[in-house]
Amino acid sequence: MFEKIIFELLQGFGNTLALFAITLVLSLPLGLLMSFGTMSKFKPLSYLCKGIIWVIRGTPLMLQVLLVSFLPKYLFKVYNKDVAIFLGVSTNTLLFIFVAVAFVINYACYFSEIFRSGIQAISKGQYEAGKVLGLTKTQVFFKVVLMQVVKIIIPPMSNEIITLVKDTALAQILGVVDLLNAAQHAVNNYVILTPLLYAAIFYLIFNGILTLLFGRIEKKLSYYKV
Amino acid sequence: MAFLEVKNIYKSFGKTEVLKGVSFNLEKGEVLSVIGSSGNGKTTLLRCLNFLETPDSGEITVENRVIFPAQSQKNSKTANPLTFGMVFQNFNLFPQYSVIDNITLAMNVVGENKLKASGVKYLERKKAMRKIKEENRQAALGIIERVGLSEKINNYPCELSGGQQQRVAIARALALNPDILCFDEPTSALDPELTGEVLKVIKGLRDDNRTMIIVTHEMAFAKGVSDKVVFMADGVIEEIGTPSQIFEQPKSEKLKSFLSALKKEEEV
Ligand SMILES: Nc1ncnc2c1ncn2[C@@H]1O[C@H](COP(=O)(O)OP(=O)(O)OP(=O)(O)O)[C@@H](O)[C@H]1O
Ligand SMILES: [Mg+2]
Repeated sequence: MFEKIIFELLQGFGNTLALFAITLVLSLPLGLLMSFGTMSKFKPLSYLCKGIIWVIRGTPLMLQVLLVSFLPKYLFKVYNKDVAIFLGVSTNTLLFIFVAVAFVINYACYFSEIFRSGIQAISKGQYEAGKVLGLTKTQVFFKVVLMQVVKIIIPPMSNEIITLVKDTALAQILGVVDLLNAAQHAVNNYVILTPLLYAAIFYLIFNGILTLLFGRIEKKLSYYKV
Repeated sequence: MAFLEVKNIYKSFGKTEVLKGVSFNLEKGEVLSVIGSSGNGKTTLLRCLNFLETPDSGEITVENRVIFPAQSQKNSKTANPLTFGMVFQNFNLFPQYSVIDNITLAMNVVGENKLKASGVKYLERKKAMRKIKEENRQAALGIIERVGLSEKINNYPCELSGGQQQRVAIARALALNPDILCFDEPTSALDPELTGEVLKVIKGLRDDNRTMIIVTHEMAFAKGVSDKVVFMADGVIEEIGTPSQIFEQPKSEKLKSFLSALKKEEEV
């Protein structure tokens, strides 16, 4: 029975991991773009990005996941079943996509605020020093500013990413079988509590690895002060 | 025609007029000091020369080349670094790079730009770049020696004293061999006991006939290092002359009261 439970949990963990990875890979660049948007001198763009961030950060992620799943029906009057057929994916995959879309948008907004604070923390003098040395704006950003921003944002980033690991448990409100959902099924099926304990251990190990990783990056960058 | 000619520079920020028609000339190899009380536009003038601010009007020529107003948009971006260099009050070193890398960064970018412009193919460019980097490194080591920091080439800015950081900043500006090197109060962010080492380096540059413009509050230094001194007041050049003319025979009332206020300060 133990092996069976672990196997079921691993399957759930697969979805958890996939959601985590997809969210991270897509929301980081999107967040960077959004942070440029909020800092843009073109006011309409800046206000638009700030508005989106305000709405997304001001409402529960769970609500956003639900909203995304209802959008096809209310906007285009099509059933999710038909959307799945149209996209050539299973209904389960479609639900996973809905969750991922909501997660990517949500986390892009949080990340963009972290990027913005990091970029704005760099003194004007760094840009000016680069400019008088003949570097272009792009060269100044990539050769001078970026590494300093990375150093500044590592601590808040690691916080946010660890929160993301735990937020993946929200996927189950659309019926996606993530780690926690798999554990719940096992609890019901076998009428024992230990699957929940195992799930907790999975989360802890995952976050433990991330914490170590971020600690190592922080240490690697400790040779300079911004 | 003089080496550097600055004609009628005007600059306002919103409603505050900061520069109200600044004109002066400088010959090659000359050192010009700019003095004046706080808020009179000294920094703004240097920033205009370095394209960190765009003057509202006026003209700047170096060796008969008009560098402001820019001939084209492209010109305004690329012409500047080879003409003017700038040393800031608070150094502005790049914290994530070692001393040597701070100095070679821009040198390497210049080398890379030249290579790209020459149309060499990618692989050959890689190889050529390696050679250029090594040459730049050797040149940088020579410059570091001149500012007396050979022991510190692999240290990071946060491991250096203020005086050492400012000397790295000077080396970094020198590395691009600008026609005219500008200093904005290079010692005013330093503890008094560290100013000497920086001023000594600048004096050394003067002996190499480097053309320099130095904004400073160190009057003794200005007296000793300059060929010309400019006294700025209210956004214009109130008086210009040799150090002895400015410090010993001031003509304008403003300069007289500026100098006597300084004297009083020293006595206190
Ligand atoms: N970016 C800016 N925006 C608005 N006002 C500015 C700006 N830069 C400078 N000023 C104003 O221009 C005036 C001249 O400033 P500047 O820094 O050139 O003086 P300074 O002679 O260098 O003074 P100090 O001796 O204190 O360094 C000041 O009144 C200052 O407030
Ligand atoms: Mg100033």
